[in-house]
Amino acid sequence: MKIKSERDFWSGIMFTVVGIVFAVGATNYSMGASARPGPGYFPLLLSIILAILGGIVLFKSLTIETEGGDPIGSIAWRPLLVIVLGITVFGVALPRLGMVVTVPVLIVISSFAGDEFKWKGVAVNAVVLTVFSWLIFVAGLKLTIPLWPTFLVN
Amino acid sequence: MDLITNLMLGFGVAFTAQNLLYAFFGCVLGTLIGVLPGLGPVATIAMLLPSIYSLDATPALIMLAGIYYGAQYGGSTTAILINVPGESSSVVTAIDGYQMARQGRAGPALAAAGLGSFFAGCVGTIIIAAFAPPLTELAFKFGPQEYFSLMVLGLVGAVVLASGSLLKAISMIILGLTLAQINTDVISGTARYSFDIPELTDGIGFVVIAMGVFGFGEIIANLGMPAEHREVFTNEVKGLWPTKQDFKDAWPAVLRGTSLGSVLGVLPGGGALLASFAAYTLEKKMSMRPGEVAFGKGNIRGVAGPESANNAGAQTSFIPMLTLGIPPNAVMALMVGAMTIKGIQPGPQVMTSNPQLFWGLIASMWVGNLMLVILNLPLIGIWIKLLTVPYRFLFPAITLFCCIGVYTLNNNQFDVYLTAVFAAVGYLFYKLSCEGAPLLLGFILGPMMEENLRRALLLSRGDWSTFMIRPLSAGLLIAAALMVATVMLPSIKKKREVAFVED
Repeated sequence: MKIKSERDFWSGIMFTVVGIVFAVGATNYSMGASARPGPGYFPLLLSIILAILGGIVLFKSLTIETEGGDPIGSIAWRPLLVIVLGITVFGVALPRLGMVVTVPVLIVISSFAGDEFKWKGVAVNAVVLTVFSWLIFVAGLKLTIPLWPTFLVN
Repeated sequence: MDLITNLMLGFGVAFTAQNLLYAFFGCVLGTLIGVLPGLGPVATIAMLLPSIYSLDATPALIMLAGIYYGAQYGGSTTAILINVPGESSSVVTAIDGYQMARQGRAGPALAAAGLGSFFAGCVGTIIIAAFAPPLTELAFKFGPQEYFSLMVLGLVGAVVLASGSLLKAISMIILGLTLAQINTDVISGTARYSFDIPELTDGIGFVVIAMGVFGFGEIIANLGMPAEHREVFTNEVKGLWPTKQDFKDAWPAVLRGTSLGSVLGVLPGGGALLASFAAYTLEKKMSMRPGEVAFGKGNIRGVAGPESANNAGAQTSFIPMLTLGIPPNAVMALMVGAMTIKGIQPGPQVMTSNPQLFWGLIASMWVGNLMLVILNLPLIGIWIKLLTVPYRFLFPAITLFCCIGVYTLNNNQFDVYLTAVFAAVGYLFYKLSCEGAPLLLGFILGPMMEENLRRALLLSRGDWSTFMIRPLSAGLLIAAALMVATVMLPSIKKKREVAFVED
């Protein structure tokens, strides 16, 4: 069997798998009856519909011809991994190291996602954004964001 | 007349110095984020939510509303000048607007967008003022059946007019509804799909999904594209004023866009995005004047129609939120959150319990639109300056603001980690051409739909026909079925595909 639309093929797989996983999960909760639906009633209903729809998408991707096979194309691994890493580091660092350290770190990491990386530009960007964030979020909006590393404050 | 006294009350509230200031602040911020690609009203309002604890409810909501419709104005500027829609609702504006800019007619394009939006904003304000009271009356007659059927209609409406594959859009809605099941069941108190992670028992925040899928997913997709030379038409915005012929061409499009946008905005699931797509399709179907520029080559109707529609839709999408308490899109869901923070339960009772807030908010929208025309037409030069900032400085800044926005929402690192996951998921959706908007809508409406479905079934003792026996509910469901049937008709299906392929 030949895949006629690559994007739809993987979309179909995604919907079907998520549907099945949630349907299996729903069996842990009480179904109740139509007259008194339990916590598992609506999730099971939805996940079965999702799995069926996924199946139809999958079936169509194998039978209906598309122009050029609708390929997914190359995956931008570098931006993907760098951005995901940047967000995660931000989450780990902010409560511990505070904004003054975390913001420049995030700017430097995320700048690696782009095509060109020039230390000078990135450094200026990091300083400007740190001051700007402090002005807006801490001084202006008075949000409770840790500013300095906890070991310094204590 | 009631309408006049109500509006008088509203303008009295809107014209206080404090409220004018917050409306202005919201409009400036809205234009700013509208101009910046990748930073949308959802991220901005999420960032500002924690700060409104110290404000009164009325100025807080006036400011947040200003951000939303202000972004509609700003988004068109980038779409016209650099072919990058600053907001998703300006995607279609870029098609003809950018072509006009390339022909040295950026000024008239910007003027058509700005004046069209202003007209639509005025009409939208009047429509809210006129239709909110009767709809509120109707809303008191709504039982769980009607609420459920109305949400079905909204979800159906959202996919029918969306671009791309209908089947995949429906699947994305169901996926959104399914993800919304990760929570604590409101009726029995059972934690569902939480894997004993305490943060998950409250459910995934929709801001987390919105930022991950729209904010970060878009950044990754942008960076993955080959760096292209972006042409910025900054020097060529000289003559702002459109020609007589431009006016003649544009005003019927503005009228059509405004009416279409106003109607679609009221639908749950509607709003600015849907309205602009539908208006562009409609303009293309209208007959051409002899000698008129073709669509896609710089037709002014292709700018005026969608821009009026998205602003009208942005205004009238306040109606389901204000009268029924149903958020028709992510921004309105945040507005509901803001009202809850200020101790106001959204729903039909707001109009009678908080008339100052209700009418003040509506009147402020008209004031805000006036401010926006001034901000965006005579002062266009300031915003153009912003467009010359290279993307390599912008995307780390957007990443930072989204991260801060997610963190400050609950002061919780877990939300930040989840956002990282959804950033990857968002890129996956982009690669598979699955649209994020229907997913988010399903996710927002999921818990409300379940609650109303279960309540309706409890009341009817498990009889599903209850949805068809009650006339209001039946009418809404029939409307939804008709919509699906219409799109399934072969002739329309073909036209719909053609309309979007060219986009």
